[in-house]
Amino acid sequence: MEPSAYLLLSGILFGIGVVGVVARKNVLIILMSVEIMLNGVNVAFIAVGSHLGDPTGSVFAFMVMTVAAAEAAVGLAILIAIYRLKETIDVTELSVLKW
Amino acid sequence: MVTGILDYLWLIPGLPLLGVILNGAIALFSERPLLLAEAAHGEEGHGHGDSHGAHPAPAPYRKLVAFIGPATVGAAFVVSLLSVIALAARSPHDRLFVQVLFPWIQAGGFSAPAALQLDPLSSVMILVVTGVGFLIHVYSVGYMSHEKAFARYFVYLNLFTFAMLILVLGSNYLLMFVGWEGVGLCSYLLIGYWYEKKSASDAGKKAFIVNRIGDFGFILGLFLLFWTFGTVNYTEVFAKIPLLSANGVLTTEIATAITLLFFLGATGKSAQIPLYVWLPDAMEGPTPVSALIHAATMVTAGVYMVARSNALYLLSPVSMGVVAAVGAATAIFSATIGITQNDIKRVLAYSTVSQLGYMFLACGVGAFTAGIFHLMTHAFFKALLFLGSGSVIHALSGEQDMRKMGSLKKHLPITFTTMFIATLAIAGIPGLSGFFSKDEILWKAFSSEHGHLVLWAVGALAAGVTAFYMFRLVFLTFFGASRMEPQVEKHVHESPFSMTVPLMLLAVLSVIGGWVGIPEVLGGHNHFEAWLAPVFGHGAAGVHEAAHHPVALELGLMAGSVAVALCGIGLAYYLYRVRTEKPKEIAETVPTLYDVVYNKYYVDEIYDIFIVRKIVDGSVWLWRAFDAAFIDGIVNGIAAAVRGAGDGVRRLQTGVVGNYAFSLLLGAVLIVGYILAR
Amino acid sequence: MEPILFVLFGAIAVGGAIMVVTRKHPMSSALYLILTLFAVAALFALRQAHFLAAIQVIVYAGAIVVLFIFVIMLVNVPEDKLPVERATVMQVLGVVAAGLLILEGAVLARRFLLPSGTAADAGSVQAVGKALFTDYLLAFEITSVLLLAAVIGAITLAKKKI
Repeated sequence: MEPSAYLLLSGILFGIGVVGVVARKNVLIILMSVEIMLNGVNVAFIAVGSHLGDPTGSVFAFMVMTVAAAEAAVGLAILIAIYRLKETIDVTELSVLKW
Repeated sequence: MVTGILDYLWLIPGLPLLGVILNGAIALFSERPLLLAEAAHGEEGHGHGDSHGAHPAPAPYRKLVAFIGPATVGAAFVVSLLSVIALAARSPHDRLFVQVLFPWIQAGGFSAPAALQLDPLSSVMILVVTGVGFLIHVYSVGYMSHEKAFARYFVYLNLFTFAMLILVLGSNYLLMFVGWEGVGLCSYLLIGYWYEKKSASDAGKKAFIVNRIGDFGFILGLFLLFWTFGTVNYTEVFAKIPLLSANGVLTTEIATAITLLFFLGATGKSAQIPLYVWLPDAMEGPTPVSALIHAATMVTAGVYMVARSNALYLLSPVSMGVVAAVGAATAIFSATIGITQNDIKRVLAYSTVSQLGYMFLACGVGAFTAGIFHLMTHAFFKALLFLGSGSVIHALSGEQDMRKMGSLKKHLPITFTTMFIATLAIAGIPGLSGFFSKDEILWKAFSSEHGHLVLWAVGALAAGVTAFYMFRLVFLTFFGASRMEPQVEKHVHESPFSMTVPLMLLAVLSVIGGWVGIPEVLGGHNHFEAWLAPVFGHGAAGVHEAAHHPVALELGLMAGSVAVALCGIGLAYYLYRVRTEKPKEIAETVPTLYDVVYNKYYVDEIYDIFIVRKIVDGSVWLWRAFDAAFIDGIVNGIAAAVRGAGDGVRRLQTGVVGNYAFSLLLGAVLIVGYILAR
Repeated sequence: MEPILFVLFGAIAVGGAIMVVTRKHPMSSALYLILTLFAVAALFALRQAHFLAAIQVIVYAGAIVVLFIFVIMLVNVPEDKLPVERATVMQVLGVVAAGLLILEGAVLARRFLLPSGTAADAGSVQAVGKALFTDYLLAFEITSVLLLAAVIGAITLAKKKI
């Protein structure tokens, strides 16, 4: 089956993840939306890689996963630190960089 | 050996320049700190134009300046003399020497090298400038000895000499203009020497601004000249005249335009109608300055310029007529003002304006040699008159009003004798220098093909008026009973040698200076005319005109002008020695006429109302409406716009991460959209 | 066969993703996330990328989401203190923009015709392992450094007292 359907799916997953990042205020949900975005990207990699018969696609997806793990860990650590300080997980209240 | 001296032509302006540098260094590093320290201590300054204040302990630098100032000009005189002798050693056709100093301007086809040109005309000028200038520098050492800003004076005086020498030695119009502007600047600096006094600084400004108006004409003339000839170098311009006239490029109209524009500059620099108004005010400056700048040298720059451009002027009968008419009108006009003035220097100032009118009258009728001749003799006796008046003022502790003088003959014998000789010269008494030069002008005004009976009549009348007011000056100042203030009379004394020796030398020159130009009808050879023939010979058709007039006519007119002068002297004697109450009676009989003449025909006031006020009002409007409102509005408006924009844009920084992510998303959508659209 | 399974698992993935993004309580989102990840793993397997499918389940669903749940329970925000998610302009705009992006992506993808290939074994453990330890060895090693940095960073950031 040709990969364009997979690519469309990848795009849809990515779009849903982006909506989550943009529209939600809960930091945890935002981080989870990022994970969805990364998954969408992985789908694209695997689809094209398997279509072309190149393991590079899988390798790349592997790297993405590794990075996603590291990023989730660090991101959650930051979240905990902020929660201790500010007692909130609402992104709109974490706006010290406001004009 | 002597011919080699011409290689050192550059020393003639170079030596005064050296004086400027040396004196300038002294003024900056020795005098200025001294003056600033004194001012800081709040000591009473006395720089207001009179001597006999407290004598400050003379600082050592003053001796140095007193030597360098005159010495450089004296050395320049020696070099000038040797150079002129070297020039005379050549045959008359070969008397043109150009020394290129450096290329200066080379722009495509336009070349204006910084070069000095020595020919008969400029040789006369350099001798007058350096010779009379040297005597005035020496005189200044004595006259200015009580001044605090001694070094500054000599810096400016040397700078003036340098600029004037550049003016007369330049080999092209552009270099002449450099010198032209330079003397204007120095005139401003020197007239406003006592700048703490408002009237002096105002006079300096007036001189510079009025000159500037004339310079505007000069510059336009220069542009037109370059546009027509493609060059500004004298030799090239004059050589091209026949060719360009023949092929129609140089029409009479263009020649008229160029010469009239140049003449506008000359009216400014040489104080003719309408731009003479600065010269009487310029008497605010120290008297030696008046002698040098406003009698002997700077004001003659206009005459020199017209004489140098004689080939151009001869192409345009209209310009010749204008020059002659303006010259004659100015001569009689300012002579009439001179008869009512009470300030001794003002009389001499108006006299200068009048005599300059004579020089332009001469040039206007084609008698350029006569104009330069009168320039030279006038330099001698007018400088002498000014320096003598300075001696009188110095003796009277600063008094300049002739109504408060009198009987100075016995107190100031040397000053009296020398000034009397100068007065005889300016009145045109036969045998003295002024007679020969003035008479030649009057004769040419009558007889030349460009001349006219009316011009002669006006000139002769002005000669009579001149004799009158000059002898009035002498009688009021030196004769009669003393009208001096008592405390002034106590201190009256003859001036020191540094001041009287130049007077005596100038008196000698006033007598013998005219003997180089004795006309043929009186048995002389007129060497002066022969000397200047290479410069004026071509086209000065008036020279040959004399042959067509009978000798008796010339002698008759000569006798007539002498008679007019004697009438003037006689009238002055009558009114100021015999019936001394008469002048007042006459003034009371025609009070309005007297007022008008006494107030210089209200010319300054008229200029102020119709010209100056209008310009000032225009400036104020421009300041308020244009500069403050419009331009500042634009600048402030831009600043306000930027601030407003910043104010709006900063609201994008919400601090909410989601918003930032959205902007990233938006950017990505737009970029991909753009790629798709291509 | 493949298209049917694709549509099935794809729908599950999309549905799960939408639920993740729209739930109020983060716990619900986390659980739906697990569903989505499993669906994606199935899609990987469908494309013969067995290695990655396994890794997806083990690492993503088994570690990362577990970490998420730990943090959710650690933070333990009470129900009433959860951020109020009102409908805002940003939500609408976000959906619109994302939709545009997807559309553009689709058009873009249509333009590029990929050369067809088969090689069914490209995603097997052997192939990936081989590629990972020969061509991409450097990247592999650097990844380990990255993970070390992440570990140290996470510990440091989350400590009460450094």
